[in-house]
Amino acid sequence: MIAFIVRRVLQSVFVLLIMSLLVFVGIYAIGNPVDILINPEATQSERAATIVAFGLDKPMWVQYGLFLQSAVAGDLGRSFAYSTPALTLIAQRLPATLELAVVAMLVSILLGVPLGLWAGLRRDGFAGRTIMSLSILGFSLPTFWVGLMLIMLFSVNLGWLPSSGRGQTVEWLGIPLSFLTLDGLKHLVLPALNLSLFNIALVIRLTHSGTQEAMLQDYVKFARAKGLASRRIIGVHVLKNILIPIVTVIALQFGALIAFAIVTESIFAWPGIGKLIIDSIRVLDRPVVVAYLLLTVTLFIVINLIVDVLYSVLDPRVRLSDARG
Amino acid sequence: MTEAPAVTPTDIETPFRRFLRSYLASKVAVFGLVLLALVLFAAIAGPFLAPQNPYDLKVLDVMDSRLAPGGVSGDGKMTFLLGSDEQGRDMVSAILYGIRTSVLVGVVSTAIALVIGLSLGLWAAYLGGRFDGFVMRLVDIQLSFPPILIALILLALTGPGLGKIIVALVAVKWAYYARSARSIALVERRKEYIEAATCLGLSINRIIFKHLLPNCLTPLLAVTALQVASAITLEATLSFLGLGLPPTEPSLGLLISNGSQYLMSGKYWISVFPGVALLVVVVAINLVADQLRDVLNPRLQTQ
Amino acid sequence: MAATDSAQPTLVIEGLTTRFSTRGGTVTPVDGVSLSIQPGQILGLVGESGSGKSLTGYSIMGLIDAPGRIESGSIRLNGRELFGLPADDMRKIRGNRIAMIFQDPMMTLNPVLRIDTQMMEAVLAHQKVSREAARAMCRDALERVGIASPDERLLSYPHQFSGGMRQRVAIAIALLNKPDLIICDEPTTALDVTIQGQILYEMQKLCAETGAALIWITHDLSVIAGLADTVSVMYAGKIVESGTAKQVLEQPRHPYSHALIASAPSRNPRGQPLRQIPGMTPSLIRLPSGCAFRERCDRVSDVCGQAPSVQTGDGRTLRCFHPVGAEYPEVRP
Repeated sequence: MIAFIVRRVLQSVFVLLIMSLLVFVGIYAIGNPVDILINPEATQSERAATIVAFGLDKPMWVQYGLFLQSAVAGDLGRSFAYSTPALTLIAQRLPATLELAVVAMLVSILLGVPLGLWAGLRRDGFAGRTIMSLSILGFSLPTFWVGLMLIMLFSVNLGWLPSSGRGQTVEWLGIPLSFLTLDGLKHLVLPALNLSLFNIALVIRLTHSGTQEAMLQDYVKFARAKGLASRRIIGVHVLKNILIPIVTVIALQFGALIAFAIVTESIFAWPGIGKLIIDSIRVLDRPVVVAYLLLTVTLFIVINLIVDVLYSVLDPRVRLSDARG
Repeated sequence: MTEAPAVTPTDIETPFRRFLRSYLASKVAVFGLVLLALVLFAAIAGPFLAPQNPYDLKVLDVMDSRLAPGGVSGDGKMTFLLGSDEQGRDMVSAILYGIRTSVLVGVVSTAIALVIGLSLGLWAAYLGGRFDGFVMRLVDIQLSFPPILIALILLALTGPGLGKIIVALVAVKWAYYARSARSIALVERRKEYIEAATCLGLSINRIIFKHLLPNCLTPLLAVTALQVASAITLEATLSFLGLGLPPTEPSLGLLISNGSQYLMSGKYWISVFPGVALLVVVVAINLVADQLRDVLNPRLQTQ
Repeated sequence: MAATDSAQPTLVIEGLTTRFSTRGGTVTPVDGVSLSIQPGQILGLVGESGSGKSLTGYSIMGLIDAPGRIESGSIRLNGRELFGLPADDMRKIRGNRIAMIFQDPMMTLNPVLRIDTQMMEAVLAHQKVSREAARAMCRDALERVGIASPDERLLSYPHQFSGGMRQRVAIAIALLNKPDLIICDEPTTALDVTIQGQILYEMQKLCAETGAALIWITHDLSVIAGLADTVSVMYAGKIVESGTAKQVLEQPRHPYSHALIASAPSRNPRGQPLRQIPGMTPSLIRLPSGCAFRERCDRVSDVCGQAPSVQTGDGRTLRCFHPVGAEYPEVRP
């Protein structure tokens, strides 16, 4: 187990390095941030001064080398636009996005699994078919449009929920969280729902097909022969078998959730890293973009690692063969 | 639970007829197919059906702007069935042109990504070794990034444009096909007909493209259809964020984006109707693809 | 408990008929099946695949689902009629008064649940006992079927057991609630021959000890030979012959039983070509009218176009117009 983890970590560092190089080169090669940041009416000497200040005059390799040096020390550069360290900027906004993503993930499991189970068991019934058709709607609807519709319905027409921003936050272990306050919850509902829609549909479909396949298995037949109540057969025997792949997929989707938060955050003006990255891309604020990308890659790698470990914990067949081998 | 005893069917059914029957068994799938046909018709015949060419500046009259659905133009010649936008464009026409662009972008980018990804995947599976390792490493790295992010960065760097957005979509999608094609091909490769072809001394290309390829296509069919829908949605999202198509050839995404600023003031039609159109397109494709996948899935075939 | 105790029979089935509506038509894999077993007796239900023997077992358990349906007949367990029983009552009987053991031990145990979970739930579903008491019962059951270190085994998962051990666990589960009847559907087919022998021995012993009746469903005559007290032979959904094991195996009367027994490899002298039954099992959709074995029988005549009725004599039943054995009189319809 330890050997496995060490190997994976080494692989990940390697991937991280490659990614940083690709990202750096890509951003450097295209576009010239000078033109965007500097007032076009600035004098030549002002331009030159700015270029030197941002280190944009040095050759790419040198810039990359300097970048790596400071990256290892934890400094990923200063944002061109905000003049604060990129990492600090991201760290400030990260909790908001994480909160949104975690809540969205929970919602998709809590809503998706029961609905998918129901649909899988009553496949030919009206309820089953309706749920499945609605699930198609769920991942056909573009997130941004749903967001707009949600705002229109709940904020403009009904006036029940606020349409933008994050609510009141409460500090917990030094991290500001908003779902602990009523105001925070009100602000959280629409964006979280918006973000989770795709995943709810995904979970419903996964649960549905998993249930269908599971019900055809011999152990269900045997459980019935033992005279067990249906509730137990489905709730224990079937559920435990199908949860493993579902949890795996959802965990892997977490990274996508964070990425897709970009759209939701734009629409709902949620102060997370998604909004930050859009703005940074527009102005070619390189350090922030690079820092964001590296952070995302790291996150993905960590998630993948956790999922692999989690899988071996949940599925006894995997866990024990690992221990023996 | 208990399965019916094995029974020999009394009539011979070709695989295609069986496929057709299974597909048409679901009313929802038939509905999807009809919807899809309508969408494709709109996409192809759009310009001829539209009452107005919304991108011909000479025709537009800003005095006609922001009319509610059913409003009539100042000179009395046009009825804006679905209203008009802030520049006096007829929504019906804008939507028809928009469907065309969206579908075009989706189909073309998927097709190119498919060709590239499929070729690379098949090559990798067949040749194995270092080429395979290299391609797969590339694929893994690419797939570890969320597609929207990659597309965003590419478009930020290259600027908006029809060709550029297609390139961005291709760059995002090819890896998925490469991986799928490779895993299917790895299974097929061990089968005897490939050995036979190799023994006959056929060239590698011929083996891959005439023998391996057709057998790998069927499983990919449903996936490809879904990917077209996903490409259309992705393009709409990118356009909405302002990084997609330019205002001169808008897709539905851009229309929605333009209209979103008017939502608060009650002029919903500028944004909602294109949204509905987008929904219809994507839902139609997904319904068809969904049924395709169920029908072609061997594990669920109990009868 | 003596096997020939002529107290009330454990199970009496009369005219059991189960039908399935398939796309090709309606099939009747269990057609007018009748049999009875005394407590402590072992009945061997023999037939080729597709003869309906497994479905007969499922019908008794009430495990027939759409598109199938138990159409008619009577299934009396210790005098209680099971046909038409409400689902919940049937559930209380399953795993409790009647237990079933399946063919493939690999899949009948849930791979992600622990053995003790899967055993204890069988007890707790039918008896009001504490969890500790249930666990103790499971432990004892494992010991009885010959599994060493039962406490450790209870905490393990199915994939950690060998095939033979898994089947023993399934047997242990079947015995937990002390059922009156155990139905075994080819339980040793998937196992090594040496393990087969052990399992067979265990089953016989347990039956004798607990007085449970046993239906052993199989296509393998050699298994039946040493095990069963009575034998019923099935063909295309009907029972074509039944009697004591000695009667049916040593003096088969039905041409099918006769051919089946004659074709067993051990009976054929070395060097000779194996004897086969010509033709194939008929498709249940297109059964020939009259006797289903007609097309493969070498004693067939015109009268076989009508369905032979059941004849009984000296404890045997038979469905044939031309039974094997010269001293047995030819029967006219």
